[in-house]
Amino acid sequence: MKFDVTITIALKEGMLDPEARAIRHALANLGFATGDLSTARLFRIGIDAEDAAAAREEARAICERLLANPVIHRYTIEVE
Amino acid sequence: MRFAVVQFGGSNCDRDTYHVLADVCGVDTDLVWYKEGLTRSYDAVVLPGGFSYGDYLRAGAIAARTTIMSDVVRHAKSGGLVLGICNGAQIASEAGLVPGTFTLNAYPKFISRHVYLRIENTTSPFTTLYREGEVIRVPIAHKEGRYVAPEDVVARLNRNRQVAFRFCDQHGNTTPESNPNGSAENITGVLSEAGNVLAMMPHPERASERVLGSEDGVKIFNSMIAHIEEHGRRRPTR
Repeated sequence: MKFDVTITIALKEGMLDPEARAIRHALANLGFATGDLSTARLFRIGIDAEDAAAAREEARAICERLLANPVIHRYTIEVE
Repeated sequence: MRFAVVQFGGSNCDRDTYHVLADVCGVDTDLVWYKEGLTRSYDAVVLPGGFSYGDYLRAGAIAARTTIMSDVVRHAKSGGLVLGICNGAQIASEAGLVPGTFTLNAYPKFISRHVYLRIENTTSPFTTLYREGEVIRVPIAHKEGRYVAPEDVVARLNRNRQVAFRFCDQHGNTTPESNPNGSAENITGVLSEAGNVLAMMPHPERASERVLGSEDGVKIFNSMIAHIEEHGRRRPTR
């Protein structure tokens, strides 16, 4: 079966997010007083697998092997 | 004695590094295209600076997963020297050759200028020709050079003397102001636990000839050569 997998890679809690800080400043200059702001990166990947669990496991391996750096990143996986 | 300088698509300091090794230091050096792999044994492998794979995903992430890096990891595990400079440092950390990682500068812009470094370790194969606490002037040129590691890892680096260089001011003080990219404890040169891999963001090859305004960096290459001359290849380094 084909599954549409969405992987979101974000910085771990408490990690400095320099891009988010710059964006927040820019928003403030435009008059938007924002609270917490963080960035993340989203990957949409088509995966062929036996079932949803197998697709999720494949996505997990993709994160561990390449997409995420365990020193700074956490990730979430959605399978449809 | 023979050095290899690995060329990835997007490497752009490969020929500078080759020039310093071959013409300034006088050591036999091969430029090795990454697709060729390491087809013979080398005493030292240098991963040069540049923008391998356009820095896609994360600087160094994709180059770190090429087959030649499996060869480089094998070389390192058998005690061979590996020096990662700038993008090469990012590749080395992404390949797990040194702890921690180099990520987006605290102020997220590209920085290209000379900085001061304090020599923190004078017993590694890369730093024996320096004096402890010596301050050297070497350029940096990066956007993803902020060293990050968990606190316990940084503590271990300090304890094991795995920090080779810290950013400092011209008097050797490691202040926040002298830390251009927000690196943890001003660290910008990290040694592997065995001491035979050094990952550093500054560019010693751009400070290896008087005509370039600084010769402070050449001692890194000459230390490696002296180490290999003294100990031979692939001896334990610590």
